[in-house]
Amino acid sequence: MFGFILRRLVSGVVLLLVISVLAYTLLYVGGGNIARRILGQSATEETVAQKTAELGLDQPIIVQYFDWLSRALTGDLGTSWFTGQPVTEGISSRLAVTLSIVIGATIITAIVSVILGVWAAVHGGWVDKVVQGISILGFAIPGFLIALGLVTFFALNLKWFKPTGYVPFAVSPTEWLASVTLPIIALSIGCIAGVTQQVRGSVVDALHRDYVRTLRSRGLSHNRVVYKHVLRNAGGPALAILAVQFVGLLGGAIIVEQIFAIPGLGQVAVIATSQGDIPMVMGLVVATAAIVVIVNLLIDLLQGWLNPKVRLA
Amino acid sequence: MIDLTPATIPPKAARTSLIVRLLKTPIGLASIVFLTLLVLSAIFAPLLTPIDPNQASLQNILGPPSEGHPLGFDSAGRDVFSRLLYAGRFSLAGGLLALIIAAIIGVTGGLLAGYYRGWFDSVSSWFAGLLMALPAMVVLLAARAVLGPSMWLSMAIFGVILSPAFFRLVYASVTAVRDELYVDAARVSGLSDGSIIGRHILTVVRAPVIIQSAMILGIAIAIQAGLDFLGLGDMTIPTWGTMLNDGFVNIYKAPLLILWPSLVLALTCMALTLLASTMRDTLERSGTKPKKLKQRPTAGIDPDKVPAVTHDEDHRTAARTGEVLLDISDLSIGYAQPDGSTKTVVHDVSLTVRRGEVHGLIGESGSGKTQTAWSIMRLLPEGGHVTNGAIVFEGKGLAHATEKEMTKIRGRKIAYIPQEPMSNLDASFTIGSQMVEPMRVCLGLSKKAATERALELLSHVGIPNPKRTFAAYPHEVSGGMAQRVLIAGAISCEPDLLIADEPTTALDVTVQAEILELLRRLQDELNMGVILVTHNFGVVADLCDRVSVMRHGRIIETGPVRAIFNSARHPYTQSLLSAILEEGNARGELAPVPPQTTTQGVQS
Repeated sequence: MFGFILRRLVSGVVLLLVISVLAYTLLYVGGGNIARRILGQSATEETVAQKTAELGLDQPIIVQYFDWLSRALTGDLGTSWFTGQPVTEGISSRLAVTLSIVIGATIITAIVSVILGVWAAVHGGWVDKVVQGISILGFAIPGFLIALGLVTFFALNLKWFKPTGYVPFAVSPTEWLASVTLPIIALSIGCIAGVTQQVRGSVVDALHRDYVRTLRSRGLSHNRVVYKHVLRNAGGPALAILAVQFVGLLGGAIIVEQIFAIPGLGQVAVIATSQGDIPMVMGLVVATAAIVVIVNLLIDLLQGWLNPKVRLA
Repeated sequence: MIDLTPATIPPKAARTSLIVRLLKTPIGLASIVFLTLLVLSAIFAPLLTPIDPNQASLQNILGPPSEGHPLGFDSAGRDVFSRLLYAGRFSLAGGLLALIIAAIIGVTGGLLAGYYRGWFDSVSSWFAGLLMALPAMVVLLAARAVLGPSMWLSMAIFGVILSPAFFRLVYASVTAVRDELYVDAARVSGLSDGSIIGRHILTVVRAPVIIQSAMILGIAIAIQAGLDFLGLGDMTIPTWGTMLNDGFVNIYKAPLLILWPSLVLALTCMALTLLASTMRDTLERSGTKPKKLKQRPTAGIDPDKVPAVTHDEDHRTAARTGEVLLDISDLSIGYAQPDGSTKTVVHDVSLTVRRGEVHGLIGESGSGKTQTAWSIMRLLPEGGHVTNGAIVFEGKGLAHATEKEMTKIRGRKIAYIPQEPMSNLDASFTIGSQMVEPMRVCLGLSKKAATERALELLSHVGIPNPKRTFAAYPHEVSGGMAQRVLIAGAISCEPDLLIADEPTTALDVTVQAEILELLRRLQDELNMGVILVTHNFGVVADLCDRVSVMRHGRIIETGPVRAIFNSARHPYTQSLLSAILEEGNARGELAPVPPQTTTQGVQS
């Protein structure tokens, strides 16, 4: 098991390094123009050259990258070109907000899709048809349209929730819950659709395995076999799709945060992107990749716990 | 992202006109009609509205619908209806660009990686993993930060990000067919790689790629709209996303403004997804149809629909056996079909098993012997049920017993040994826990007592290191070992009747002999009645007291084993017997090997 964890960890770190190299190269390859973009068209050649040197952009890209990497390893991701704020601070102050809605959506997705997927697979018949139909629709409609619909209906028409704004958990747990409920629902629906299909599929698959018959032939009831053996075996594929969906949730959060005016990474990302704040964008890319790597690692560990064969892989 | 990849689509199905069959389904028809209208309205936008979508006017800002302006005006005083039509051009074209790039990269990469394997395979698979590791939105934002707000560039990049969807699909299909015999044959006959890929492999991947394309197009259109909705797109061209952005900003002042682009976008994405899922369903259904036709029983006279040849009782056997345990009479088993009819797979089977007697059920695969065995435990696959006849076990009718009654009988009274040892153990649990669980339920033992009994049983069935096997997972033991574990599990509650479904078929020849010897010993010790399903007359000769020969779901000949071997009367039985005689030493005496000396140990 220890070897398994170590291998996963190494491959995650390698992935992170490759992403940082690619992102850095693509973001900084425009060298000279960057200073010009910051200073505007009216700046003289001299001040542009000065700014370029100040930002370290006159160095070869490889030197720049290793400079960035050595500082990144100490937790310093540079400073924003526009606000002068350290990138690490800009990201870490918003991280908790985004993670709270993304993790909330992941948990809701996991719970609801296991219930729906197992119900559809075990019950079959009309339940199966209805669940499948709904999940195709839930997947088809883009997540941000669902978010817009939720805002219009529950916040603007029914006034059950405040349409926008975020209350930190530390300030008021109940208001925090009220402020993240709609965003989490908006994010979850598309995800639930995808994961439900997968859970249903893998439960149907597991139900037809030979060992189900053999266990029942030993006098175990159908329910016992389903809830102990079938669920555990269907858990692996379901977790794999949940990992994929989590990546999608991080992307979806950017739009949903914008709609509900939630001060998370999404807002930072949109502002940094429209300004061309390269150090901030770079920091966001690396932070997102790191989150994905960590989540994948956790899911791999769960997989290993669920299925002993995985530990050998 | 969702994975609506079709599981397996037979290559032939793609050949018949898919469009025609799609148009016959209501959802397929509606999707195609909607998408066609959408594309036409985008292409012929100038004919449908004379107004320039970018023509702004200050006095019309957020103006209501009026003559010639059915949907009113947006925040810059531009005509909403005209923008909606022209936006279709850009939104659809952007989605198409992403789709085309994703398909070119993904399909080519998948074909090459799947066909040639080698380094290209590992490199491209790794890249596909890399592309899936970042949210597309983050990559698009990063690209926007450097490259500026160009829809075409964003969509081209998104195409690259989406390419793994095609890559994985094509890769999986190609690796599945590349080792097929017909591809091998083509290679041997001297066809070039190019024409093999073109003729044999592309036909296999075509249908799944078309389905995936519909999905991808929907995703691309949605993400493009999302990017524009964030206000990060090119604001100079009308798209559904920029219209959504405008509507959202003015949601308090003009709530209807956001409705139209939302509606068009939602309907488009729905139509594409529904089209994909309908295509998949249609192809899957057409793929299974011919098979079902073939399985349907042929009309006319069934040559086996005659009374079974029954041999006289053999007194030597009768003396050794006890009372009747199981009495099956006129048993028929049927499967419910999707069209409401029932397909009968076992007809009018009658047989008895006495205590201490081994009754062999022999026949080719598909003769109904396993179905008969499963029906005794009432563990037929989904849709299967007893349509006629009676199963009486120890004086109790099982054919229509409730599930609760059956649960009490299974394990305690009737036990089962399956054919394939590995797939009949749950790979996620240790061997020990799979033995302990039923004993606790059936015998009400404590965990400790059940563990002790499991270890005893493992040692009793000839496992050299019971503790190690108890703690092992199924994939850590050999097939012969696993079969011993299953036998130990089956006899753990000391059943009266044991149903063994080809218990040695999946094993090596040397292990087969040991397992048969073990079964004979246990049957003797526990004085069980046994139904032994097999296709091997050697096994019958070795173990059985009585034998019934099955063909096409019927018993055609039955009697004491000596009578069948000495004077088989049915031509089918005679041909089965002569077949094994030709094989040579199959009937030879199996040397009794003490299991302890030659068993394969636990693999570490």
